[in-house]
Amino acid sequence: MTTAQDPSKTRRRRVLPGGLSTGQRFHLFEWTLVAFAFSIVLVTVLTLFILFKGAWPAIVRYGPAFVVHQYWDPVSEHFGALTYIFGTIVTSALALLFSVGVSICAALYLAEMAPRWLRAPFSFVVELLAAVPSVVYGLWGLLVMAPWLYRYIESPLNSLFPRFPLFGGTPRATSLFTAGVLLAIMISPFITAVSRDVILSASRTLKEGSIGLGATHWEAIWTLILPASSRGIFGAVVLGLGRAMGETMAVTMVVGNTPQIKASLFAPGYTLGSVLVNEFTEASIPIYLSALMELGLLLFAVSVLMNAAARILVGRMAR
Amino acid sequence: MNNGTHLPASNEPGTLYRNPGGRRKRHAIDRLMNFVCCGSTALLALMVALVLYYVAAEGLASISWKFLVHLPRPVGVPGGGMGNGILGSIIMVLMGSALGISVGVPVGIYLAEYGNGNTGNSIRFLTEVMNGIPTIVSGVVVYWLVVVPMHTFSAYAGAIALAIIMLPLVSRATEVAVRQVPQSWREASIALGATPARTIWSVVTPGARTGIITGALLAVARIAGETAPLLFTSFGNDVQWPTHLGMATAGLPLQIFVYAMSPYSEWKSQAWAGAFVLVMGLLLLNVVVRAFAGRSAISMQG
Amino acid sequence: MSRQETSAPSSAARGSKIEVQNLSLWYGKTRALENISIAIPAHEITALIGPSGCGKSSFLRCVNRMNDLIENVRIEGKVCVNGEDIYAKSVDLIALRRQVGMVFQRPNPFPMSVFDNVAYGPRIHGRRNRVELQEIVQRSLDAAVLWDEVKDKLSSPAMSLSGGQQQRLCIARLLAVEPDVLLMDEPCSALDPVSTFKIEELMLGLKEKYSILLVTHNMFQASRVSNFTGFFLSGELVEFGKTEELFEKPRDKRTDDYVRGRFG
Repeated sequence: MTTAQDPSKTRRRRVLPGGLSTGQRFHLFEWTLVAFAFSIVLVTVLTLFILFKGAWPAIVRYGPAFVVHQYWDPVSEHFGALTYIFGTIVTSALALLFSVGVSICAALYLAEMAPRWLRAPFSFVVELLAAVPSVVYGLWGLLVMAPWLYRYIESPLNSLFPRFPLFGGTPRATSLFTAGVLLAIMISPFITAVSRDVILSASRTLKEGSIGLGATHWEAIWTLILPASSRGIFGAVVLGLGRAMGETMAVTMVVGNTPQIKASLFAPGYTLGSVLVNEFTEASIPIYLSALMELGLLLFAVSVLMNAAARILVGRMAR
Repeated sequence: MNNGTHLPASNEPGTLYRNPGGRRKRHAIDRLMNFVCCGSTALLALMVALVLYYVAAEGLASISWKFLVHLPRPVGVPGGGMGNGILGSIIMVLMGSALGISVGVPVGIYLAEYGNGNTGNSIRFLTEVMNGIPTIVSGVVVYWLVVVPMHTFSAYAGAIALAIIMLPLVSRATEVAVRQVPQSWREASIALGATPARTIWSVVTPGARTGIITGALLAVARIAGETAPLLFTSFGNDVQWPTHLGMATAGLPLQIFVYAMSPYSEWKSQAWAGAFVLVMGLLLLNVVVRAFAGRSAISMQG
Repeated sequence: MSRQETSAPSSAARGSKIEVQNLSLWYGKTRALENISIAIPAHEITALIGPSGCGKSSFLRCVNRMNDLIENVRIEGKVCVNGEDIYAKSVDLIALRRQVGMVFQRPNPFPMSVFDNVAYGPRIHGRRNRVELQEIVQRSLDAAVLWDEVKDKLSSPAMSLSGGQQQRLCIARLLAVEPDVLLMDEPCSALDPVSTFKIEELMLGLKEKYSILLVTHNMFQASRVSNFTGFFLSGELVEFGKTEELFEKPRDKRTDDYVRGRFG
């Protein structure tokens, strides 16, 4: 094998720890691989192009005010995304609120505290959570969890604190709250698994050093392991947030699909994904469709940003 | 140095640290946190158990052989099923997997073998961007790309939408698997005079085979349960079997969705049955993956 | 010469800091230590030598029960520190580990400042007063012969110190919690000769206040610093006695072979 010294070829020379070092020009085979690889570029570019092209009329017509207007009326051709942005943010925030504590504690348990014989089974269980399809969660959420939450949490809280804005109004089984709880269940395996990996990779010598000084296991975790893992855990949380925002089917089934902004968590709402699900094929006029595409673009942008941020925080370690 | 303020002389080791009450408290906190974390894990386990229990209980109550092989019937007419949805899903998943795997594996190989430069890093970055695209957005995009030009909903469109979702998953799994192939194998092959193409074909890919297949199967399991990509592409079909690929096609997750959201209790029961079939299928797939790879390997990144 | 200490705990127990009787250790099915009985004297430096894998580190880790952190470990026998069996049910591990401190092979400073590293132990054990902590930190760094080198950079990251300094920092960290016994597991193996020398000097100074049990694969180090030496081989304590006698007139042939470098 020759390694070409020709400067015009040096930029193609690759010295790879995990690959093929070729100083040679690429032949057909390599170019084929590159072509396949560029399919990724193609798809991403196409996605962006189509989203923008579809959304463009709405972008032009409604401008930046699109995201702050609440009104969504196909008849009068007034479109504003605020309701859906509100719904997405609230449900995702609730999901994080309910999920983060449990997920991180579970990650700690799996990584540090569980006896060895329990780790594999419990890890498997967490993986099962991730494997359940969205529509099955939605079905269960709608037919099992929503009535239960309505009966045992929403109604009681509503009767106890009717004046408190978050619990006020008329509670419904399908509500922002229900969607938040369901999303929390759905995103926990991701937060848990990524956090667990981050915690596992925190150095064992840290633990030995602190326990050797007489710290309890929890003290070692709290003072050393968690701080060392904090960046990765934060990344896991961001990942969870991104997934919560992008999750569509299960949310559509339990959020109530009512376009309104109310203070009460127990009121039904509407999210970016849900309105797409429900109205995309109903869009009768071009500008309506275009407004929906703009919503899709918003959803795309937010999810992709979250995902990218999470990757950066967690680094290559995330499998 | 010890300027004699309020510290006792420290010739006697440990004088500063005799505090059994303090230690008891520290142990108590340790035990408490252990309990809290164990409880959190148990809570997650409980959630899974609840979901699976209801799917099994309600699903088994409503399922029958008719369900698996019959077309949907109007509400009130007994004997309807989701046969066309099951078949449609199988068709679209197979087609989508074929496409997704045949594109995803080469991408993964490229990234592993040649992907350490700027181009490679950019492509890898874009792959991860793709991974973060909400599935409904993929559905919308394929709508414009395939459904509109074809003037019809189709199984093709559904399959393509599924393939797009699969692509980054397969690519990543392949890249990881290929990177784990020992460098010495490549060197040995090249030293024998093989071209990189031959090396990849005969040495690297076979070596990464397990990882690639595992990753591919996991990706298949992932897309089999997807609903949103099918909404605007294959659209669903309540009345007929898929006779050809260029027509609106039912998909199992899609039918579950529609039936679950309907007001009819009969259809809701069928939704449970459909969910049961779907989950069973996925479990089966997971068992196959486990047997193949020797460990449970559902990707968290999926 | 007075009679050497044999491998059974003798009537010299009066001066023993650590008494071990018939200690055996299994990792799963593999037996790593076979019926070790030894009495480690107080205020001395005792070295444990032997080829790698012979169990001396495992033994060391039994004395502060760090082996508890490993799963599938089984221990039989008795280990007494200051007369108390540390494997008794009522033993408070965090008190034990404060009392019996360990220095590891590779320096493992925490990812914090120099000050916070040394103050870590006291803080964990309840000392919060800023002034008190400052005094403890200074005193400990001084005892570890590191104060002069770091007094101007107490708030800089511990990772910015050199290897030898880091190890002395780890020692200072230990001293801050006022142990009785210092367990040193090949503390110099990752260090250069100059740092090694400094740490050996430090050890000799420390033995006044503390009892030191040193595991080392370097026989010369053992002969330089220790008064008593134990020779381990394949999980057994082959011989234990005064250092000069073990090296010059060993009683067991295996000891003789080892110290003459016939294997290792």
